[in-house]
Amino acid sequence: MTAPFGRRRLEIAENREVGAYRVMRAPDPDGPAPAPGQFYMLAAADRWGGGEEERPFLPRAFSVLRATAAGLEFMIEDVGPGTRRLCELRPGDGLWVTGPLGIGFTGPGVGRTALLCGGGVGIAPLAIWQDALLATGKEAPALVGFRDASHAEGAALLQAVQIATDDGSAGHHGLVTELLAAALAADPRRVVYTCGPPAMLEAVRAICADLAVPALLALESAMACGFGACFGCVVSAADGSYIRICLDGPVVDAERLMEIPAH
Amino acid sequence: MTALCQLDLAHPIVNGSGTFDAIAARRAFGEALLDDFPFAAFVSKTITVHPRAGNPPPRLWETPAGMINSIGLPNKGLERYLAEDLPQLAELPVPLVTNVMGSTAAEIATLLEALDDRDEIAAVELNVSCPNITTGLDIGADPAELSAVLREVRGRTAKPLIVKLTPNTADVAAVAEAAEASGADAVSLINTLRAFAPDPGRPGEPWLGGGTGGLSGPAIRAVALAQVAAVACRVSIPVVGMGGVQTGQHAAQFLEAGATLVGVGTESFRDPAAGARISRELHDLFAKSGAIDRSTAPNV
Repeated sequence: MTAPFGRRRLEIAENREVGAYRVMRAPDPDGPAPAPGQFYMLAAADRWGGGEEERPFLPRAFSVLRATAAGLEFMIEDVGPGTRRLCELRPGDGLWVTGPLGIGFTGPGVGRTALLCGGGVGIAPLAIWQDALLATGKEAPALVGFRDASHAEGAALLQAVQIATDDGSAGHHGLVTELLAAALAADPRRVVYTCGPPAMLEAVRAICADLAVPALLALESAMACGFGACFGCVVSAADGSYIRICLDGPVVDAERLMEIPAH
Repeated sequence: MTALCQLDLAHPIVNGSGTFDAIAARRAFGEALLDDFPFAAFVSKTITVHPRAGNPPPRLWETPAGMINSIGLPNKGLERYLAEDLPQLAELPVPLVTNVMGSTAAEIATLLEALDDRDEIAAVELNVSCPNITTGLDIGADPAELSAVLREVRGRTAKPLIVKLTPNTADVAAVAEAAEASGADAVSLINTLRAFAPDPGRPGEPWLGGGTGGLSGPAIRAVALAQVAAVACRVSIPVVGMGGVQTGQHAAQFLEAGATLVGVGTESFRDPAAGARISRELHDLFAKSGAIDRSTAPNV
């Protein structure tokens, strides 16, 4: 799905707390429905690059969490000046969006079933993808990892979840990749759909590569533009070239990638 | 109507080289891009003789009112640009300027000759923000160095030649004069300012994979206005001014400083249609103030 040309101003309809995260909803009557895994560039309409000394300046890339008749939903964790400003937005505040952008997920095909594996705020694109899989009668269990119980409340945004936390305050005490290894040992006829921090993605990539299980990774990167102009969001491909995450991703087949870098 | 080097342009707003990939944007936005194309001419990203992968990531760092990039001029190389990109760029509804860079006079000559017989290309922009590997000097940092290179290559193309100056030099106006005296038909400025972003996790080490990078965005607008004004009063060829332009008001300031055209760069990252908005704002500004009547706006 291509995006309308240019950014458009939406209005925040809801900003609700989900554990350590915020979920923002903004009706987008003129925008096309996004494909699961696509993303948007977001910026607050006010107090965003307005002052000479002010950050944030560039828009921020977010996978869409859900898209319904009520609007687009984004899951945001306050980790820096851009996400902090977005988390502050209240109903009625303006939100600039450009999107939907990029390439989303594709189905597991014949003979394999979907297995979702997410970490932290990276569970966002898996929610819309799980909705789509379940709506077509497919199974789509989810393994999700968080640092603690407060963040693990984000798991409520998905169904059929198995939780891991770093500190053991909810679910399995350990890494979500341990749950993944166990699930693939039990049934390797899977396609793994994953999104999360770089170290987790690299672990997922390596586990799946060892077992010859296909994996589709929703990658994250700092981006200036989101539509291929800045060449800032590249990741190393297995053939030695760089690919633009915004244009040739964010969902990329693990086979195309080298090791996922730490940042 | 605005004109630059015999090109008739619908308005004075163009893109800065390397800040808008029209082929990628068409993939992202579809044919709507062509219906409301934001620029009066399209300037390609820098093409080199041989393909370049670009710098290792990370390539971006946000600053107050700007950003530092260390992209490293990734491109397919001359041969694949001509075969794969040029046919697609020729479908744009505006004249095409191809930006090139070489690290020797011979490389630049090769590029200019190869572009010369391609009718799809209206003008060539030469990026001189790079070292001459023969002499070790930055081509665009020194008037004599630039003169020597330009005199050697200028005859290789009959197309209008725009020299994209570097701001990382002691006297940009002297370099611009040298460009004019050596056959440039126009100059464009400013390119990004050399900048450094420390890695927050590794004191003293660079964040960017390429080490240093180039600062752009509104943070550099005041510097750009000073350099454009300094150049415009020393040369008689047209000046394409750019640096941190976000609004029609900013574009007007560059025209008032002596620019004929105004480039939009980093603002397109924040809003892909920024060029069209800025062009409209500039038009409205002229219509309202009458200070610069668009019909008599600086032409060449």
